[in-house]
Amino acid sequence: MSTESVLFDAPGPRARLRHNILTGVGLVLVALTAWVVYGRMKEANQLEGYLWSPYVTEADVWTAYILPGLWATIKAALVSMVLAGVYGLAFGMGRLSHLAWVRWASGAVVEFFRAVPVLLMMVFFFFGFFATASWLPSDYAPLAAVVVGLTLYNGSVIAELVRSGVHSLPKGQSEAGLSIGLSPGQTLRIVQLPQALRAMLPALIGQLVVVLKDTALGTVVLYPELLTQGGKTLGSAYANTVPAYLVVAVIYIVINYSLTKVAGYVEGRMKRRRRAVVGATTTTMPSAAGGTGAVASSSVAGNPVQTPAEPVE
Amino acid sequence: MKSTRIGLVATAAALALTASACGSDDSGDGGSGGDGIKIGIKFDQPGLGLKQGNDYTGMDVDVATYVAGELGHDESDIEWVQAPSSQRETLISTGQVDLVVATYSITDERKESVSFAGPYFVAGQDLLVRSDDDSITGPDSLEGKKLCSVTGSTSAQNVSEEVPGVNLQEFGTYSECVAALVSGAIDALTTDDTILAGYAAQDQYEGKLKVVGAPFSEERYGIGLKKGDTELCQQVTDAITKMIDDGDWQTIVDDNLGPAGYEPPAGNPPTPDACS
Amino acid sequence: MVDILRNYDVIGAFWVTIQLSALSAVGALVLGTVVAVFRVSPVGVLRLLGSLYVNIVRNTPLTLLMVFSILGLTYILHLPFSESASRNAYWWAVVMLSVYHAAFVCEAVRSGVNTIPAGQAEAARSIGLTFGQSMREVLLPQAFRGAIAPLGSTLIALIKNTTVAAVILGTAESAGTLAEVTENEGASLPTFLLFALGFVILTLPLGIAITHYSRRLAVQR
Repeated sequence: MSTESVLFDAPGPRARLRHNILTGVGLVLVALTAWVVYGRMKEANQLEGYLWSPYVTEADVWTAYILPGLWATIKAALVSMVLAGVYGLAFGMGRLSHLAWVRWASGAVVEFFRAVPVLLMMVFFFFGFFATASWLPSDYAPLAAVVVGLTLYNGSVIAELVRSGVHSLPKGQSEAGLSIGLSPGQTLRIVQLPQALRAMLPALIGQLVVVLKDTALGTVVLYPELLTQGGKTLGSAYANTVPAYLVVAVIYIVINYSLTKVAGYVEGRMKRRRRAVVGATTTTMPSAAGGTGAVASSSVAGNPVQTPAEPVE
Repeated sequence: MKSTRIGLVATAAALALTASACGSDDSGDGGSGGDGIKIGIKFDQPGLGLKQGNDYTGMDVDVATYVAGELGHDESDIEWVQAPSSQRETLISTGQVDLVVATYSITDERKESVSFAGPYFVAGQDLLVRSDDDSITGPDSLEGKKLCSVTGSTSAQNVSEEVPGVNLQEFGTYSECVAALVSGAIDALTTDDTILAGYAAQDQYEGKLKVVGAPFSEERYGIGLKKGDTELCQQVTDAITKMIDDGDWQTIVDDNLGPAGYEPPAGNPPTPDACS
Repeated sequence: MVDILRNYDVIGAFWVTIQLSALSAVGALVLGTVVAVFRVSPVGVLRLLGSLYVNIVRNTPLTLLMVFSILGLTYILHLPFSESASRNAYWWAVVMLSVYHAAFVCEAVRSGVNTIPAGQAEAARSIGLTFGQSMREVLLPQAFRGAIAPLGSTLIALIKNTTVAAVILGTAESAGTLAEVTENEGASLPTFLLFALGFVILTLPLGIAITHYSRRLAVQR
């Protein structure tokens, strides 16, 4: 790859030899670790057939635990994401309002919910509110707590994305809107937001990974999501807690990795298209700060230094 | 499409609300009649209340089935509802269930919001250890041992008071503690002896775990029902008495907790309190 | 409210939260930088290891990593930090918070590296610096300055994520204490606001400082 040579010279014969030796040592270390893990797991009786066979022999493992759990995870993530989008758009616009008090109020709400851990919110909304609510069927109480917690936090993150997205647009956009007689509100809605939202798309998909992963916190309020159902409950029913958690981890990794890939693909496509349209004035989206996820980073390609002019994979 | 999804959820919620409203109507006439009965149980406690696929097993499930039978409901009429500890009072007071049979200790505080029939079992906080471990005989012998419990639970707080400075590992759930106990990494797990016996009685753990049998608290399990419904309370109490008298109580305990070699502690079988 | 402060060690719990945050922030920064260097290094196997690390750790819920540290690493692989269960859980919480956020630090540093014009790297090579030297002397110092904002978001996320450690730490830190208060006293809005306020105090000034320094320290080009 041409970009790689920016950081280091093409390796000569001695460097290549060194790299090969390093590669060998690395592989030996990996193999050694795997062997030790295998040995220790065997010693701790974690590899016995009865712990793992239910995954093959019992259809219930999938139909009564893992799949319903996965569905609950996806359901909570999607509902939260939609609501967070609405909330984020509303408060993001609030923070861009030309009325000072709206800006301040929206700012205070957004900053508060960004500062409070999602876990705390779920615990509070469940035990303090939904678990004792007479108007809510008990089955929905954990879901409600999970959704509210995730919505408030991720909505606040999206509000920030909206704000910074609009700020990163060229000034000429709003000036043009105002000069043809649109009000500031109209300019925001008709001219600036559509552009900002398009630019936000990859960051939003990245945020979905954060939401999906954070639904696992719902386990503290007994929401029957993947970690609760496929880990805890399955582990209780079949007395195989450790294998159950391992399987659940693999499922999370596969789903989230695919989503990250999708986000990277969308971002790549959009950058290419924008570059074609806008040319040199490309604006970059600030990366989203996300939940337990911190940074909803997009590019997972191993590309080193890229100058802004070079195409991004 | 997304709005459809929300619509669906809302519809489902509305349906569930309507359904639960019907449920509370049923309990109004004392739970009799051929209609369904809704009973709250634990879904994740082996030996007590465990959902496995579409089957429900455990002592609480069997007790609930017996009582429902005495009230005139077939097994197929019972609708099982998950009743996590934190939601039991709400489930009863909002009429989402008619009865709660879910390791539900009778306490004065809870009596303020629900009524109890029973007790149908007297449990106590105890210790679960590996069956080849004779060094632990009670809380006093925990010095230098590793103990496991669930974060923030009453049992964890009790044991910290009983044995200050105990080497306590806290986890989110008991099943994690049990896995650690079996692997030899911790020495004991503490909570109600029924819950402990339930784990020890699982096929997979047969012969590997035992309950110490020196309870250091008393938990009187009752059947929770709507506050002030003395008619229903009396019917349930009669059912419990009959269950104990005709030997079904012993069978239920032996079936569910017996495989662990567990003997119910003193005070069992209990005499149910009078309904007030 | 006063009762809660008197009966429960809320201040102590937040002190543990602060300790966890500080120790894991250092751990995550060091580990994350190493992984970032791995991911841009000339050696293929290191790049592979780096990207495996990021993709596995970043896509696993932190709750699971925490439980694994005790159930898997301490008990099955026999890697305890201490004979005392609570000390062991404490240090594993620090390690897991470091390991988890290192993946995000890595991506932040990489994004920082991406802001550096290629001319810088080419200049470093042309005066004969090796990969390690050009990283140390030329690229990483600029990368950190360019990555203050994402690094800052990672730090704030880390502080809040210390609450997840409650699943293995019990009541030692703030979220565990809140769970205990809720179990004993029932949930109330003042209690929640008390704990929420603790986190607002911890994170809000940081957020403002980060915004300030990300502007001031950015490399002018």
